[in-house]
Amino acid sequence: MKFSIYRYNPEVDSKPYMQNYELDLTKTPAVMVLDAIKLLKAQDETLSFRRSCSEGVCGSDAMNINGRNALACVTSLSTLKEPVVLRPLPGMPVIRDLIVDLTNFYEQYKKTKPYLQNSQPPPAKERLQSPEERAKLDGLYECILCGCCSSACPSYWWNPDKFLGPAAALQATRFILDSRDDATQDRLAQLEDAYSIFRCRSIMNCVDVCPKGLNPTKAIADIRDKLIEDGV
Amino acid sequence: MLLPTQSFDAVIIGAGGAGMRASLQLAQNGLRVALVSKVFPTRSHTVSAQGGITAALGNVDEDNWHWHMFDTVKGSDYLGDQDCIEYMCQMGPEVVYELEHMGLPFSRLDNGKIYQRPFGGQSKNYGTGGQATRTSAAADRTGHALLHTLYQKNIEAKTTIFSEWYALNLVKDREGRIAGVIVLSIETGETLFLRGNAVILATGGAGRIFQTTSNALINTGDGIGMVLRAGFPVQDMEMWQFHPTGIAGAGMLITEGTRGEGGYLLNNQNERFMERYAPHAKDLASRDVVSRAILVEIREGRGCGPNGDHVLLKIDHLDPKIIESRLPGIRTLSMTFANVDPEKEPIPVVPTCHYMMGGIPTNKFGQVLTMTSSSQEIPVPGLYAVGECACVSVHGANRLGGNSLLDLVVFGRAAGLHVAEELNQKRSQSIVPEEEIDKALTQLNRWNNTNKKGERVADIRLELQKAMQLDFGVFRTGKVMQEGIEKLKLLRERLQHASLTDTSHVFNTARIEALELDNLMAVAIATAISAEARKESRGAHSREDFKDRDDVHWLKHTVYFPDDKISYRPVNMKPLTVEPFPPHVRTY
Repeated sequence: MKFSIYRYNPEVDSKPYMQNYELDLTKTPAVMVLDAIKLLKAQDETLSFRRSCSEGVCGSDAMNINGRNALACVTSLSTLKEPVVLRPLPGMPVIRDLIVDLTNFYEQYKKTKPYLQNSQPPPAKERLQSPEERAKLDGLYECILCGCCSSACPSYWWNPDKFLGPAAALQATRFILDSRDDATQDRLAQLEDAYSIFRCRSIMNCVDVCPKGLNPTKAIADIRDKLIEDGV
Repeated sequence: MLLPTQSFDAVIIGAGGAGMRASLQLAQNGLRVALVSKVFPTRSHTVSAQGGITAALGNVDEDNWHWHMFDTVKGSDYLGDQDCIEYMCQMGPEVVYELEHMGLPFSRLDNGKIYQRPFGGQSKNYGTGGQATRTSAAADRTGHALLHTLYQKNIEAKTTIFSEWYALNLVKDREGRIAGVIVLSIETGETLFLRGNAVILATGGAGRIFQTTSNALINTGDGIGMVLRAGFPVQDMEMWQFHPTGIAGAGMLITEGTRGEGGYLLNNQNERFMERYAPHAKDLASRDVVSRAILVEIREGRGCGPNGDHVLLKIDHLDPKIIESRLPGIRTLSMTFANVDPEKEPIPVVPTCHYMMGGIPTNKFGQVLTMTSSSQEIPVPGLYAVGECACVSVHGANRLGGNSLLDLVVFGRAAGLHVAEELNQKRSQSIVPEEEIDKALTQLNRWNNTNKKGERVADIRLELQKAMQLDFGVFRTGKVMQEGIEKLKLLRERLQHASLTDTSHVFNTARIEALELDNLMAVAIATAISAEARKESRGAHSREDFKDRDDVHWLKHTVYFPDDKISYRPVNMKPLTVEPFPPHVRTY
């Protein structure tokens, strides 16, 4: 199987280039893209990428595979046209090869105060929450912070500092909708400006690429509805 | 060599569940905490835990922590320390409520309380009252929910996080106290001396010593390697859990929760074979029991598939709504890695290496223990270990499902409390001799200066994993293990001459993999030598040449020292407040 992989090592390369690789999959079986690039790394130690869980829950190995953002560990080679073109996530600074700098992505996440806030002292046992209230968090809490969505979002490319991007907006929604959180008004007030969530243009690339099948566009629409309900 | 230095009250290595629970405890106490992780915190392996966290909340049935303690002692095949097991089970409900208060999105019962499910080895009324329903869950993503919640709370508590920094080695001061750790920035290649009044190791497991494992690629036993290189011992390293239900051919885990929700195992006769091995608990017997049963079925020709090399896990009789609400993650995993929709057909499964019961010996405060030449146990000043890298020991020879997440938060919290208490009493800013720093840098310097003509890291790693898989798997025999030890010792020698072709500084993952292989090698040899020495079968350690448990000679912890020598220490059979549980024949 043929691969064309984006290479860039800032210590030696003046600019990035694409390098061709070939794997004989009859000799060494590989099912997923991650299996393949691990085998390539055994041949060429300099090829660099992030990876950890290998089962689509840690979010380390997000990359652009044949033009589409995805996790290498759950993207089956059998679904891909050759040569398989691997590039780093678009719209983010490249550190080396397939590794991007996610600092801004994480900063936007932190900006949403992504932790439960409740001003009441906790009870001796659990805070009660009905299954219906809990169900509102489904589709939100499962985010693995891989970055596939935000790096596929043209609005985030344009305003990465001011627009939260789909992943952080999803987290904002996760806490706004949690019946146990009582900072809802503060959270909504944080999002009123023209950029934080209102720069979403419903392009829906985020929905298209999310490896967990989540829907940040809908989450953003839900917050907008809440803001409008509140007469902002 | 003089290194740039930063000082903190405490330095924590590893940002999984245990490390982040410890850092949170300290940061909330207003202490300056450095949390070092070779991956961004939410990429730690806790994220993969599926089924839940076990504690006697009694939300579904009557329950109490004494019953949980009994099950844990029995599950450990009596190798667990009863004082520590008592502490963990007693603290269980409190730490689970704390997680709920932090925001962990637990699934809920109709009355709004935390949802709990049945799990393996959990009983009511000291094994006489049938299956207990004790494991709290957030669907089948409990570890993910727990890890993200702890990361979020650490953001709020303003913990200083060194994300994508790799911990190389411990540094001692002039008095031999642990004074900090040398860390390497993966992004830039720079090294830094992080000083701390306490160092807490929370580096997780090392399942990557085996070829087939549910463990993440980052699970390379870094804390074990660091402790051994610093001259301290590790404990019960022969005890490795093989989880019964890894996806055949891939190794990814299918949670025990599938059986907790009503799934069961079948052989090629379509027989529910666990009824023969564990008439009462059946598919929810302890993991060691179920894994052995599966392998016996396969060995005796009742395996499934064209090669008869796996069994089937059936859940297609369950209500699809249950699968979609309680087990959505494993449905996706099955479809991705086994090409099977479990709502329609059974999942092919086979045991996979899952968990390291052994590790760095500690007391119930998380303080690392060592032994003097006169076999006296003493804490290593300034050093703690928590989570999977530690051996408290609450899991003994076999861990119960759901007790791992509990272990992480109970002892992460306990170590945080103890460090905070110690810091209230005294702080030392002792002198660290330059040669101690140099010593801690030796390993890195070797890899930076290899001759480039030696063997590749990837080749040696693969041979190591194959040797462990073949010679130290579920069933073990003396002769095979002796051969395995010889293979590993040769590999250890070859590793000294292996080379690194990439010596760049920026995000050099080849160098990280080389450093990790030093740790995998240390873990593999400790495992092999400890396993060969234990001449009985207990829990996960199952010997074909010594088929029975031998409490007269072997009711003791194995202690492995870095010079390949073995010693032993007694199991604690004296709980703090309750009557001890003496060893009984273990059936399910």
